[in-house]
Amino acid sequence: MTTAQLHGNGVDASGARPGWAINVDGLTKLYGRGCHHCLETTGPARDRNVCPHCQTTVACAGVSFELRPGHTLGIVGESGSGKTTVLRCLYGDMAPTAGTARLRDFQNGATDIFEADGQERRRIRNFLLGMVYQHPRQGLNMQISAGGNVAERLLATEWRKVAAIRERAGSLLGRMEVPLMRMDDIPAHFSGGMQQRVQVAKALANGPSVVLLDEMTSGLDVSVQAGVLDLMQELQRDEGIAMVVVSHDLGVVRLLCERTLVMKNGRVVEGGVTDQILEDPHHPYTQLLVSSVN
Amino acid sequence: MGPNLLRVRDLQKEFVLHILNNKRVLAFRDITFDVPACSFVGIAGRSGSGKSSLLKCLFRTYLADGGSAIYQSAAGDLVDLTDAPDDSVLDLRATEIGYVSQFLRPLPRVTALDLAARPLLQRGVPRAEAHEVVSRYFERLSLPRDLWDGYPILFSGGEQQRVNLARALAARPRLLLLDEPTSALDSGLQLEVVRLLQEARADGVTMVGVMHDTALLDELSDEVITMQDGAIVERQAPRLALAQAAP
Repeated sequence: MTTAQLHGNGVDASGARPGWAINVDGLTKLYGRGCHHCLETTGPARDRNVCPHCQTTVACAGVSFELRPGHTLGIVGESGSGKTTVLRCLYGDMAPTAGTARLRDFQNGATDIFEADGQERRRIRNFLLGMVYQHPRQGLNMQISAGGNVAERLLATEWRKVAAIRERAGSLLGRMEVPLMRMDDIPAHFSGGMQQRVQVAKALANGPSVVLLDEMTSGLDVSVQAGVLDLMQELQRDEGIAMVVVSHDLGVVRLLCERTLVMKNGRVVEGGVTDQILEDPHHPYTQLLVSSVN
Repeated sequence: MGPNLLRVRDLQKEFVLHILNNKRVLAFRDITFDVPACSFVGIAGRSGSGKSSLLKCLFRTYLADGGSAIYQSAAGDLVDLTDAPDDSVLDLRATEIGYVSQFLRPLPRVTALDLAARPLLQRGVPRAEAHEVVSRYFERLSLPRDLWDGYPILFSGGEQQRVNLARALAARPRLLLLDEPTSALDSGLQLEVVRLLQEARADGVTMVGVMHDTALLDELSDEVITMQDGAIVERQAPRLALAQAAP
């Protein structure tokens, strides 16, 4: 990955529609009051993400990337490297401390979504983004039916006709290989794999342009994983959705992602074409990560 | 032969192994050669001479440390494959530059037909049409018909290699990088692969191929570059060399 890709925000001042689906620049999230030393005293070189001066946790800092429609970016790294924080900030589950994020489908990328007002932010979350959480209970209401979960999302975006909502929910769940006869069952009674597929159906309900996936398959056994990953690839090809896939599983990243970023202690240490990251890793941490699975 | 499709200059690759006390391993250095359009440049040399690493640098699976590899794209742009932006590399891989590795990396639950058709499907070619193109190569390569809908993860090395070749040839790249494409095939199939590659070349596919078998390499190549310990030690045009050697 070139310096321009990592650091330039690539925003065209002329207002033309950008080539990327999402552009993130300098995303930073601190937990704590923060001080002047937080960034220089944390990171991979210091091997810590808690500032020794003020005890602030630097969850992520200076994370930048852009991603084209129909492409998938992997973010890999160990627990606590800041991967999930990046997704949470983008989806609006938490506010970043600094940085910008732009979506092509939000004012042609001219406006930072973190600057959007509450109503716009909800619109972005409901119409333009989809999120699949690591734990299905974070993304699903376990006590309403599978169909109801998908419908809830559709209602948030002004679908009003019950028959149309049922049809859309049914077709999405069918696509996710959730049997139609189980559409009216509650997810609490589903297997883990099926819960995850309901979550994917819910995330895709409104035809988002960017879908964020957080360790989507990590709780599933291998054969179920393969099924869910197949479906994701099919969707990616057919719908041209841009996906950001956070995973600690390099096999998942190899399968789904054209490009990969490697994070450690809240920073991106390396980024590139996925097979290059896996076969010719440069950063010591990436070499360690790759050598411990191959 | 036309103008150069690829110009490699002073290309160098060294690995720094941080987990082995920053040990440095030189893959190759000072590699300079031209690949004229519609030609086949063969790379010979013993195991460990740096041949495969060179191909991987051209495909950007490895990042070169020095030198350049300037590729002339279909659009006429000159792209340095060693430091082009990731997205440009991905675009070229999707449409213009193919790579046949020694080993297929099968995907779970994807049939041989779908796997080989993948590059075409990703370009938006309808499935039936993509399957038809791939089937022709499967037939030429004598891949048993009952395997076409099977999962290559269960195939033998030679069967996987044929899926790999069919996939690359069906995609009809402008530049095809071949790393030991016939290593697991018997001699009859090897000859069929030579014929297929010659047809591809006649059809405008430019190739850089690494092969152990010098007879096959001579049969295919317009120029053979021999590598030893990461450097080029010999270059020759095989047909010319053979003609001169004849009494």
